[in-house]
Amino acid sequence: MNKINRFSACYIVPPALWQALFFLGPLLFLCALSFWRVEFFRLQPDFTFANWQKVYAQSYFWRAFGVTVVFASVGAVLTSIIAFPAAFHIAFRLSPSARRLALMALGVPFFTSYLVRIYSWQVYLGDFGVINTLLVRVGLESTQMLNTAFGTFVGYVTLCLPLVILLQVFGFSQVDRQLLSTAHNLGCGPFRVVFAVVIPRARAGLTLAILFAFILIFGDFASPIYLGGATSQTLSILITDLTKAGQQWPRAAVVAVTMVVTLLTVAFAALRFAYRGEE
Amino acid sequence: MSDKTRSPRRLFLQRAAVLGGAVSMPMIFTASKTHAAATLNFLAWYGNGEPDVVGAFEEAHNVKVKSKYYTGGDNMLALISQSPPGTYDVILSDAEYVTQLHQANYLEKLNPEDYPFDDFFPEFRRFPVPGFWERNDLYAVPVSFGFLGLTYNMDVIDAKAARSYELLWRDSVKGKVGHFDWGLPNIGCLSLYDGNKSPFDINAAAFQNLEKTTLSLRPQVKGFFDYGGVLSSLRNGEVQVMCGIGDWISGVLEKDGAPITTVVPKEGGIQFTEGLGIGKKSGNIELARKLIQYLTSPEGQTRKALMQAYPTAVPNRKAWKKLMRENPAEAKRARMNLNDDNMIKDIRAGRIQLRRLPVQQSLESWNDLWIEYKNA
Repeated sequence: MNKINRFSACYIVPPALWQALFFLGPLLFLCALSFWRVEFFRLQPDFTFANWQKVYAQSYFWRAFGVTVVFASVGAVLTSIIAFPAAFHIAFRLSPSARRLALMALGVPFFTSYLVRIYSWQVYLGDFGVINTLLVRVGLESTQMLNTAFGTFVGYVTLCLPLVILLQVFGFSQVDRQLLSTAHNLGCGPFRVVFAVVIPRARAGLTLAILFAFILIFGDFASPIYLGGATSQTLSILITDLTKAGQQWPRAAVVAVTMVVTLLTVAFAALRFAYRGEE
Repeated sequence: MSDKTRSPRRLFLQRAAVLGGAVSMPMIFTASKTHAAATLNFLAWYGNGEPDVVGAFEEAHNVKVKSKYYTGGDNMLALISQSPPGTYDVILSDAEYVTQLHQANYLEKLNPEDYPFDDFFPEFRRFPVPGFWERNDLYAVPVSFGFLGLTYNMDVIDAKAARSYELLWRDSVKGKVGHFDWGLPNIGCLSLYDGNKSPFDINAAAFQNLEKTTLSLRPQVKGFFDYGGVLSSLRNGEVQVMCGIGDWISGVLEKDGAPITTVVPKEGGIQFTEGLGIGKKSGNIELARKLIQYLTSPEGQTRKALMQAYPTAVPNRKAWKKLMRENPAEAKRARMNLNDDNMIKDIRAGRIQLRRLPVQQSLESWNDLWIEYKNA
């Protein structure tokens, strides 16, 4: 019995220790920091609610909160819609060897820094960039893409698309292939097969994909700054504003804690939906 | 083998080598210590500790200038306040933050006799921003300055239109106005547009007007950028006009052939000034003094004026003469030509106000306005 206990401890303790050191510890420190004060650019331990009152009283904080939630929701749904045909094709149409190759290829974008990928979009999206130059050449009017919400969403899709496709493929792997052919044999058209069989059966994977996209977009800083021109203020931009102006790390901590609580709430709700009725 | 069986000559050589080695070791260590370069810790804006500025000084004094770069005065103050006293030997700071450095007792007192104030233009001898001089005590020496006004693309905007900040509200530049993401200089320029002669020293009513003026500009704005973003957006034409920046950014583009320039509109411009001081409890006061002497000498000032990271004007008149002699084209471009229209003439004409921290409001109120503006 003791041997079994020690054996299981070997499995349980390291990840628990890891979580405590690198997740729980910093999170608790972040919470504590939100009650500190700044005195002449130096953080002073304290227990004051002044930072919470100050941040929550600002209309721009709630505006940034709303923009961030809307952007993350729209970005997550948009990325999932764009990813769906590719994931469907990889999961159901490709041979096992081609599927392995396609899944490996999805890891290639991660070989380059996300920031570099975002900067490279500027070359394409600029007023005099590649896309607008081509548009003008074929007789169309050039259109503003960089430093707009459109630019921001291009960045979000760049950030999330490979991961969302991977998770959707994982979701489709849970679908019993027999059900597809049965539905087809019973006279279901292709769209009905997708909506009546594939999506409900792959619900967990699809929900996880949307959730991860939401989480990544919710905290993203590079896209709204470098492709959106900071024209739509998100909470991540607000955090940098607060730390730059007067080193207000405690106020930035208030924003960060609010973000963590929002993400945890969304994550628990999404997981509940994903695995509802599976017990 | 016993000692007796060894050859006496061989034994002598062995022992002599050991003895000689033992005696010379301390000399080797002493010698290497003598030739090892000392280190001078320099806290500065990016580029000031690079070889194109301090390389000759490092060679002349056998010293390594170890630079810690910051982005913005708040960041600089945070770095100092969170480090043990004596961490930084020399500190380069914007004038308004020199005030705060002095208030926090982060600067050593300097001896005015050590620095070439007689060679400076009179405006910089007893520099009026608090913190540089307190009564007759000197704490920081001005080393460079520049003007912030209206920066625009000469290919698409007429010079006549750029005579006033009013240009920013014109339909022709809707969606083409950009901002360097720092509130103080931007709001300062808009305060000048509002007619405030002292743009940072305004009463509550004037501040309320300024809020309205600032927020009314928001529909024109293309974006808020960091240093790299400002360069690329002006270069590629995404942004055609900006206020609150100056030759320190547009000069980089202008030298590179881009049709970008900065002018001081009729409402006036804002002057930023950089000062050098010695960090409290520095362990290298002598070398720190020599670095400041070098950077305020004609040689150091010329290098500072031509630095690759961002060009600035310098307060040493002899450096202007040196620049006119050695690089007349840049002296003309940077308006540091004694025989021509130049920056000192602008100051004397009363067109330029010093950038400083808000006097009647807190800096926090101005920062809040900037965040509000960005979110509008």
